[in-house]
Amino acid sequence: MNSNWKKLLSEYGTILVLILLGTGFSVVTMEEQWPANANAAQDLVQDLSTNHGKGTNALVLVRQGGEGGTFAKALESELKASGLNVLETAVTQPAGARKALVTIAESDTPLAVIAADRHMANFCKEQLPKLAIKYPLLAKAKVYTPASYKWPNFLKKANLLNIMKQISVVAIIAIGMTMIIITAGIDLSVGSLVAFSGVVTALAIQSVGGDAPTTTHLFIGVATGILACGLVGMFTGGMVTMFGIPAFIVTLGVMFVARGMSFILAESSPIPVQNPGFGWLGRGEGLLGLPNSVLLMALLFALAHLLMTRTTIGRYVYAVGGNPEAARLSGVPVRWVLVFVYTLCGILAGLGGVMEASLHVTGDPKAGNMLELQVIAAVVVGGTSLAGGQGRIFGTLIGALIIGVIRNGMNLTGVEAHMQSVVYGVVILIAVLVDQLKAKVK
Amino acid sequence: MGQAEPVSNGSSTPLLCMRGIHKRFPGVHALKDVDLELHPGECLALLGENGAGKSTLIKMLGGAHVPDEGVIELNGDPVRIDGPQDALAAGLAVIYQEFNLVPWLSARENIFLGQEPSCVCILPAKRERKKAQELLEQLGSGIDPETLCRDLTVAEQQIVEIAKALATDARILIMDEPSAALSPREVEGLFKVIEGLKASGIGIIYISHRLDEIFTVADRVTFLRDGTHVDTRPIVDLTREAMIELMVGRTIDQEYPKEVAEIGDVRLACQGMNRGAKVRNVTLSIRRGEILGLTGLVGSGRTETVRLLFGADKPESGIIKLDGKTLHLRSPRDAISAGICLLTEDRKAQGLVLGQTILENFGLPNLKSFSRYNWIDRGRERSSMVDHGKKLQIKMTGPDQVAATLSGGNQQKVVLAKWLERNAEVLLFDEPTRGIDVGAKYEIYQLMNRLAAQGKAILMISSELPEVLGMSDRIVVMHEGQVKGEIADVPNATQQDIMKIAVG
Repeated sequence: MNSNWKKLLSEYGTILVLILLGTGFSVVTMEEQWPANANAAQDLVQDLSTNHGKGTNALVLVRQGGEGGTFAKALESELKASGLNVLETAVTQPAGARKALVTIAESDTPLAVIAADRHMANFCKEQLPKLAIKYPLLAKAKVYTPASYKWPNFLKKANLLNIMKQISVVAIIAIGMTMIIITAGIDLSVGSLVAFSGVVTALAIQSVGGDAPTTTHLFIGVATGILACGLVGMFTGGMVTMFGIPAFIVTLGVMFVARGMSFILAESSPIPVQNPGFGWLGRGEGLLGLPNSVLLMALLFALAHLLMTRTTIGRYVYAVGGNPEAARLSGVPVRWVLVFVYTLCGILAGLGGVMEASLHVTGDPKAGNMLELQVIAAVVVGGTSLAGGQGRIFGTLIGALIIGVIRNGMNLTGVEAHMQSVVYGVVILIAVLVDQLKAKVK
Repeated sequence: MGQAEPVSNGSSTPLLCMRGIHKRFPGVHALKDVDLELHPGECLALLGENGAGKSTLIKMLGGAHVPDEGVIELNGDPVRIDGPQDALAAGLAVIYQEFNLVPWLSARENIFLGQEPSCVCILPAKRERKKAQELLEQLGSGIDPETLCRDLTVAEQQIVEIAKALATDARILIMDEPSAALSPREVEGLFKVIEGLKASGIGIIYISHRLDEIFTVADRVTFLRDGTHVDTRPIVDLTREAMIELMVGRTIDQEYPKEVAEIGDVRLACQGMNRGAKVRNVTLSIRRGEILGLTGLVGSGRTETVRLLFGADKPESGIIKLDGKTLHLRSPRDAISAGICLLTEDRKAQGLVLGQTILENFGLPNLKSFSRYNWIDRGRERSSMVDHGKKLQIKMTGPDQVAATLSGGNQQKVVLAKWLERNAEVLLFDEPTRGIDVGAKYEIYQLMNRLAAQGKAILMISSELPEVLGMSDRIVVMHEGQVKGEIADVPNATQQDIMKIAVG
């Protein structure tokens, strides 16, 4: 029984940690929420139309900024649909609101309903009695505002999407890193490759498209950047297999070379891409309102999971990491497998670089600084053993999520940057400890 | 069952007494109510098939496992052995099958590892050197104590392991397959040492699958089967047949069920193979339906020769032909696609990816046939594995069991299964029955007969001369990297004939 628990904890321990972190941050960031969206508008109007019949005069008051405009429009159309007579829709500051109220009062129109957001409802609560002294017509006006409820800031949809968007680059590169670490290798060059890919992409777009690159030119540039990183990965794999140099050393060298080359190529300054369409991958939204980068991440994780569990190459990767000699004597093309994983990791780092460049619509030679460490941390926290032979792709996704959630949660609760660094370090140490315990249970 | 009858005179207190030992692992009840008794100056052999629980039992004495139930008594006093240090302190020394030597330390340093005097910083190298020399000489070996362990042969490493155990002044010595890696001459030396140790009142627990050795060395035999204590008998009351029956639980008529298949043309041949000092101008041929026994002393270059035939190492010169066509083997992958397979001598380091499941190991060389466009048909792979598992009687909880948790014989069967599925035409077996119990050995012999009858060509490396004589159609003997002789008339050959050639 005891050993069963241990096993469960070691297999799914990371998910448990993620859930605990999420729960913890949810409790800490619990706050009063004031909805201001189409649903809230619908509920509000439904509520007030039971008290007020058709033709009643109504005023929409919403504070300017944020979701204000859309909320006001939603309120207006809902009120009109319920047959109320909308006198004015004011998206404004308190001064403007006072003016709108005064205008209505001076035109001798009776006002029965004020549909307001939280800020304007507060304004009306304070100011309406004062105004009513001068303009008795306003005394009958009733203020309606959406009902508030308690909900953690952490668990808001926008925040959760934000976490996923923030981890997408690290998580995608971590796919390649997971495979390398399963073969008992490591790749320190991925952070530099992110910069290299962004710079090469931006330069390629500039050189083929000039000042006004078309979409085709963007594609050519992206392909060039990713391909260049793939070739660098292939070179790394070649050095590791043909000369038997430890991957740590090879990729340390490549890390410096790629970073330096990025600065040289970019002449030390970021290279802008003169086509906003380039931002599609990093900033755009697609299916179900999910960011494109998150969709891409989900797709790549699904593919990588299938690759590692259902295909020949996946089996080979595990075998090479578990026992390279036994693998070779079973007919596994060990060298080819190693070159493959380093090349794939290079390609994914190139893709990560393109995503990073797309986010800023710029190829920046400073991009991806220390990113390799975040990537390795995600893999290790996700339960992949540095000794090789063991690890799961989805474990890495969980690992990346854990790191993303910790960063986000600490930002929400206002933990300062140096303390965040301490927490990351402790999380990584705990992950390695769990790895050791896992080995003991087995 | 389960009751050990003390055979020796009741007057002496047993040196070691284990009573009612139970050990459970997840999903396995490895030991059920096992009793064992060892008297001073006696050699007790522990016999049982692979997976019978011998290793678990002795690991308790070495401090690697703690019993769930039961008592261990030393000289009548109950003790708790929680770790290797407790075992050493109690005068127990275990020589495991897997060597625990540090490759970058010398033989001397390994012998005294963990015994450095705690108060002195400068190690007394001179005294150690002298004692190491004495111990090694006592074991009949001429190893220089300053040689690094990585430069020693497997047999020499075994000697160092034994010396290491003796250096602890243990009162009880446990040897797990100490002879598996030794040549007959070295085994004789080992027996002399054991006699000497017995005379000085040390108790020895001896584990081996070589029954001849048991008769030579043991005073009593304790039999384990499926984790239970079957019987303990004095050696004088036992015959070879009775031993096998007690171990396996059924009678085996013949130890070597040789059937002669129809022998045809040469399938695999090599000419003038060279690689370093280990393989010198070796020329061999294996025919259709033939089992070729390749023997010689440990280190005579048998394994190295076979590795060349499999493409695992690159020859300096030489030609390999399969069915008359010259092969260019750049890697084992080439050899495998040509239809050659190799069952390695060291299944843990070379035969299996221990951390992976049986299924994954089984699939490794066969993925091409189980997949389309590299997409693995897992259902087909699994059902094929289950088929082979039934045919070879692999004892496993299922195809998803991790290979490391299998016993030696079952691990060997998994390696066999993966090559059988591959349907290789030429099978190179390097010590296929090393460390495997009688029952599993018998099954492997029968399998070899079946394969030969199908027209496959088999090369079997073995150090066990009765096995070589019992199973081969033809025997080739190597000495110091060269083929020294061939015996074609196997039925009339003797072990002496082989040894004469093998020693040069």
